[in-house]
Amino acid sequence: MYTIQGKTGDWELVIGLEVHCQILSKAKVFSGASAEFGAEQNTHVSFIDAGFPGMLPKVNEKCIEQCVKTGFGLNAKINTFSRFDRKNYFYADLPQGYQISQLYYPIVGEGYIEVTTEEGTRRIGVERLHLEQDAGKSIHDMVPGKSLIDLNRCGVGLMEIVSKPDMHSPAEAGEYLRQLRAIVRALGTCDGNMDEGSMRCDVNVSVRKVGETALRPRAEVKNVNSVRFVMQAIEIEAQRQIDIYENGGECRQETRLFDSVNLETRPMRSKENANDYRYFPDPDLLPVILTDEYIENIRRNLPELPEAKKKRYVEELGLTPYDASILTADVETATYFETAIQGQDAKKVANWVMGDLFAYLNKSAKTIAESPIRAIDLGALVGLIADGTISGKIAKEVFEIMAETGKAPAVIVEEKGLKQVSDTGAIEALIADILAANMDKVAEIKAGKDKLKGWFVGQIMKASQGKVNPALANQLLDKKLSEV
Amino acid sequence: MSFNEQTIKTVANLARLRFPKEDEAKFMADIDSILDWVEQLKEVDVTGVEPLVSVSPRETAIRADEVRDGNIQAELMANAPESVQGFYVVPRMVE
Amino acid sequence: MTDLVTLHIAEAADLLNKKEISAVELTNAHLAEMEKGRILNAYITETPERALADAEASDKRRAAGSALGVLDGIPIANKDLYCTAGVRTTAASKMLANFVPPYESTVTQKLKDAGTVMLGKVNTDQFAMGGSTMTSYFGVTKNPWTDEQGAYSLVPGGSSGGSAAAVAAGLCMGATGSDTGGSIRQPASFCGVTGIKPTYGRCSRYGIVAFASSLDQAGPMARSVKDCALLLGAMAGADKWDSTVAELPVPDFAAALTGDIRGKKIGIPKEYRPAGLNEQVAKVWDKGIQLLRDAGAEIVDISLPHTKYALPVYYIIACAEASSNLSRYDGVRYTERVPGATLDEMYENTRTDGFGSEVIRRILLGTFVLSAGFYDAYYIRAQRVRRLIYDDFQKAFETVDAILAPAAPTPALSYEAMKRMSPVDTYLGDVFTTPSSLAGAPALSLPVGLSDTGLPIGLQIIGKHFDESTVLQIGDVLEKAAGFDLTPRRVKG
Repeated sequence: MYTIQGKTGDWELVIGLEVHCQILSKAKVFSGASAEFGAEQNTHVSFIDAGFPGMLPKVNEKCIEQCVKTGFGLNAKINTFSRFDRKNYFYADLPQGYQISQLYYPIVGEGYIEVTTEEGTRRIGVERLHLEQDAGKSIHDMVPGKSLIDLNRCGVGLMEIVSKPDMHSPAEAGEYLRQLRAIVRALGTCDGNMDEGSMRCDVNVSVRKVGETALRPRAEVKNVNSVRFVMQAIEIEAQRQIDIYENGGECRQETRLFDSVNLETRPMRSKENANDYRYFPDPDLLPVILTDEYIENIRRNLPELPEAKKKRYVEELGLTPYDASILTADVETATYFETAIQGQDAKKVANWVMGDLFAYLNKSAKTIAESPIRAIDLGALVGLIADGTISGKIAKEVFEIMAETGKAPAVIVEEKGLKQVSDTGAIEALIADILAANMDKVAEIKAGKDKLKGWFVGQIMKASQGKVNPALANQLLDKKLSEV
Repeated sequence: MSFNEQTIKTVANLARLRFPKEDEAKFMADIDSILDWVEQLKEVDVTGVEPLVSVSPRETAIRADEVRDGNIQAELMANAPESVQGFYVVPRMVE
Repeated sequence: MTDLVTLHIAEAADLLNKKEISAVELTNAHLAEMEKGRILNAYITETPERALADAEASDKRRAAGSALGVLDGIPIANKDLYCTAGVRTTAASKMLANFVPPYESTVTQKLKDAGTVMLGKVNTDQFAMGGSTMTSYFGVTKNPWTDEQGAYSLVPGGSSGGSAAAVAAGLCMGATGSDTGGSIRQPASFCGVTGIKPTYGRCSRYGIVAFASSLDQAGPMARSVKDCALLLGAMAGADKWDSTVAELPVPDFAAALTGDIRGKKIGIPKEYRPAGLNEQVAKVWDKGIQLLRDAGAEIVDISLPHTKYALPVYYIIACAEASSNLSRYDGVRYTERVPGATLDEMYENTRTDGFGSEVIRRILLGTFVLSAGFYDAYYIRAQRVRRLIYDDFQKAFETVDAILAPAAPTPALSYEAMKRMSPVDTYLGDVFTTPSSLAGAPALSLPVGLSDTGLPIGLQIIGKHFDESTVLQIGDVLEKAAGFDLTPRRVKG
């Protein structure tokens, strides 16, 4: 179990995440304006989004469908009855003066996400998923003393997915977020792009002494917008709370902001009065009623979910659960992997994907979709090793050339003449030459210094520029030595 | 029921309203008397009665996922008390 | 020459069809009357150019044989709560004093599509909050019925007081109103005109400045039941913009006026006759009961036991919804703005300046009943009692076809009297109208008699959900039986 050692003993962490996922849909959740990201300011805005007098919301059916799909991804209960509530507060990016959300009857109820870390696999509870509208954006630096408001984002559909306080380590929280992102991406319900803010995360953190059962006051850390930041923010916030307790202080329930530059959490400027959102059922909208048939129809047409995929990778392909969870973390990786394993040894392909390929992509700051090495070519490379055409060592060299040129491995092997030499006569002649030139070492081997054999193999590989199959080289070396 | 000075301050702040003392006192007295009058609802036995949210027995209407609105930046800005380059302008929001 | 400004819509339509008059003539007559009637302050905005353009277009259609229907060429007024594209829409508030909507409400669009001529926008209580038009930022409207001294000292009722006064005084042939807790029916009663609040969900609320979304309904006001039936037929119906509007076909309401109500069961709720009920009102109610009985209806005593709780329930729910609906008026996008150093200061300055005191009172009350610690005790309790009130009506309608009751507890009151009243006293004016509003049931108000001092008194006919046809049918019979054809003294220009 993950604990933090303090002066007064060991502390454990209690972590819950609230994740906002922007729904992939053409139009906004309550208006017909475009939900697309990146347009000129205030162009994807209708009078409804701008809260003009007499304007009324009407639900986009796609947003409902996306919530139900995501609900299945979370192994959750789909509620046949849900309803919208107004969350009332004033802010310049919230034109109506309230956000339409679902407090009392969310569209999706309890579920879970299976999370695998090095400590094993655990189910992290999901409390609920509800449908709501996003707010606009404010820009503070363009005009002195003023803020500028862009309502393009205002009214884009959001799924807020609230976990139970089930996580106990930064790694677990990070993995939960990765899995959640994998799920929404696999389902096509959210692009999971944390850089553009289409997926945003608030982290609830509290600490307690190991063995305590009651919860201590938690801090809600806002706007922690990458997996890495989530893990950092948890560590930093937990340590802050522990320091307070260990110095005899008390923590209070509060909202804090994560500062990723200074690596600290800061209290949010608190208003004179605490917010009182005065939730009440939105009288402009009637309940959303889903029929069993509608729900079943969505279920039947779901793509394979990361969890099922993971299970399949473990059970059918023989991967470890950890490797399987990495390869299923996003649709692109899984698709790449599954293309690459066609006709190849899946475990060996997995090693290449997670090893050389990830290292290369990382180094060159590319996504797997941008990889110059096509999945089918990476599979072919593994095939060339398996059938003895090239050695593993040569394969690394071929891989580098593939990355540079995008050429197929067979072409590279052919062009560069990298094929393994399998002509025993030629190899035997080569070995004979090397032995003849190093008779002193042969004598030492004969005297029992077996280790020197390795040195000879090295010489053989060097002389053949690595093209000799190492197993064959060993075998022929033994033969020639016995003949000396 | 006492709708006191603290309550009216809290409520006015939530509603983003602010008035001089004498108005505050007047509103406070008015609302206090309205709440007194509303007290009669306590006589009603509402045990087991489901709150009525809407008289409409139906489910909500839905719209198709089609972009058929927006691109009215000029009209939006024409109505705005203050705007610049297609943005609404407000006093700087601190945080 | 026919007096064009006293005609009913049905009569004018007939003359237009026979080409005895033109829409332009009809419109000009009303524009002239509006000018004379400015002393009443019924209109906030007159739109004579628009009216004449509408009328000319109507005459062209008729000449080409392509008239749009019975309402083509009929001059009407719109309550200034309906957004009208290119025409200032104020909700009688300082907040929206210069707001020109770039869009049209569904109901006024439908009326436009039916060929009506828009004369202008009529006064209302600010954001439809009030029962007198006294809360209007544009000044009170005067009831065209005068007091015993012949002075314009009476309120027209409200909130659709501008609509009621304009219809009564011949400043339009019909008008749109809106009714949240009685805002069509009470002014209709005060001004001696007819108005119907249809079933909640019958008309679209799109483009109508919202007061309380679960209660607001659009409805027509005119000088006869038939005229209301004609207007309602054009206003009602499904709408892609409003999620709460019913996807039901709109019946031919005018065709429902058969004149035969024999065997209809009319309920008389005992709770509407509390001790101390105004004698004049009681007398007119008794007269109405007798007239319906004479017409062959069966009169049944019924009970609506939770009636007395309707008012407080209404004020809690309506104010709660209003507090949220009016949050959008914040000085950022379209309202007047009063500057402030910070965003919150700007909000406070703008809102405190832009709202009148009744609006502020209701926002404060509504904010309070939704706030933490009070939500269950006030708002949820009110919603529970609302269900009991709704159930009262459902139960009554198991045995009766409609209910006959007074529309307002008194004839029109004077400004002076109203100024002296506390907020709660003024709220009591809605005592007979709020129960059916909370139940969402359709209710028609029509003048049936006069008080001793010569002021009109209306009765309301409340019907089953989406059965406006029966309500109008009974109202039509009652109207003819009562023979109430009095109009206020013509305004002298």
